[in-house]
Amino acid sequence: MGLNTRLARALLATMAAASMAGLAACGTTTSSAPPPAAASPSTSMSPSMSMSMPDSPSSTAASAPVASNSVTIKGFAFSPANITVKVGTTVTWTNQDQDAHTVTATGGAFGSQALDTGSHYTFTFTKPGTYNYLCTIHPFMTATVVVTP
Amino acid sequence: MTEQQQEHGKQQEHGMTRRQLLRHTAWFGSAVVLTIAGGEVISQLGGGDPPSAAADDANALRFVQISDSHIGFTGPANTMVEQSFSEAIGQINALPYRPSFVMHTGDLTHLSTPDQFDQVRQMLGTIRTDQTYTVPGEHDGVDDHGAKYRQFFGKGTKGDGWYSFDLGGAHFISLVNTLGLETMGHLGADQLEFVRKDVAHLSSDTPIVVFSHIPLFAMYPKWGWSTDDSVQALSYLKRFASVTCLNGHVHQLFTKTEGNVTFFSATTTAYPLPKPGEGPAPTPVTLPAGQLHAALGIREVSYVRGGQQGLAIKDRRLV
Repeated sequence: MGLNTRLARALLATMAAASMAGLAACGTTTSSAPPPAAASPSTSMSPSMSMSMPDSPSSTAASAPVASNSVTIKGFAFSPANITVKVGTTVTWTNQDQDAHTVTATGGAFGSQALDTGSHYTFTFTKPGTYNYLCTIHPFMTATVVVTP
Repeated sequence: MTEQQQEHGKQQEHGMTRRQLLRHTAWFGSAVVLTIAGGEVISQLGGGDPPSAAADDANALRFVQISDSHIGFTGPANTMVEQSFSEAIGQINALPYRPSFVMHTGDLTHLSTPDQFDQVRQMLGTIRTDQTYTVPGEHDGVDDHGAKYRQFFGKGTKGDGWYSFDLGGAHFISLVNTLGLETMGHLGADQLEFVRKDVAHLSSDTPIVVFSHIPLFAMYPKWGWSTDDSVQALSYLKRFASVTCLNGHVHQLFTKTEGNVTFFSATTTAYPLPKPGEGPAPTPVTLPAGQLHAALGIREVSYVRGGQQGLAIKDRRLV
């Protein structure tokens, strides 16, 4: 049983709980309006910041985390694939591909509906931690958000 | 006309020349006989009668496979997927016979919305056939592990939507390998056990047909065009003389034989995808004006009970 299998079990087990806890209210999917203004983008990383590498495939773990609150989905990839933000930051994902994608946390913390071309999804991170996520339609698309205190 | 000119002409008709098809076959050691005639690609397991025989036999079991209609897609690769799907249905309804059933091998919708599922169900209801069947694609279970899909199409199914049935002397198994959040297709322990028990009582000379969305063979794992636990499922089918696996997902014709199993990937009614490894990702391909229909199509499958041949498969381009 691979990592993703275990993550999938965890996701499925927590999907309902996450929905009931109101986490869905933190994430929004919009198809027509432009993305909201960026919330206090992180421009530097604290030397004391916990930098434990995310538990994700090597393709994303190999790239250094980028301080950003904006992720572009293009060419069947999340870019940057590995970002770091501070607690309270709202991250925006925008799909620029012709095909649809999702932004789905493997641990169930957040999850978008299908994002059509030009649609975006936002989620506000209220707890520190490492969040691995993928596109459920193209699950070879994986990426990570590291949230620091 | 030179061979090259003839092949060019065929490519205009099918989106793939005979030479390209045979090259694909050669790559994967297929023993499938491929014949192209009159706007059709005809496949047949080696030996037996001419491939058109089953199709012309009034006593044959005949069904149609369609796939990847992606209702709701609006990209430039096909801005009118509803129309092309409707044309595919019209082509089925214009066949000189009434197919016993029509199987849609997934990605019925593009975004898994209730409206899109409802539209597909209504459109499938216009097909002149005794029965329509479906299996879900990953686009049909985007945000709910296939719950909405099963509301519309899951009646009478088990687990995540798998089922089997018998018809015309053959046994049909419909599998769900798109809901596992794996990096590629995944069946899971429950479904594997279903397959094991499902075929346990069958005689080894029963032809087996397996439907799935994602290929059950390793067509291109880097793009998720494979199923990570299909070997286990196929191990339960090794004793059968004839096993045919029909899938969608890859939006292009492809065939491969491994032992007693022959795999056929179907094309789409929506838009083409690149050939394996051509480009960095399986992004929708926008063809030059006037060439889209040649890449889309329907598949006719025929089987004669007690005949010497396996299933005869005709892939027809959309007209």
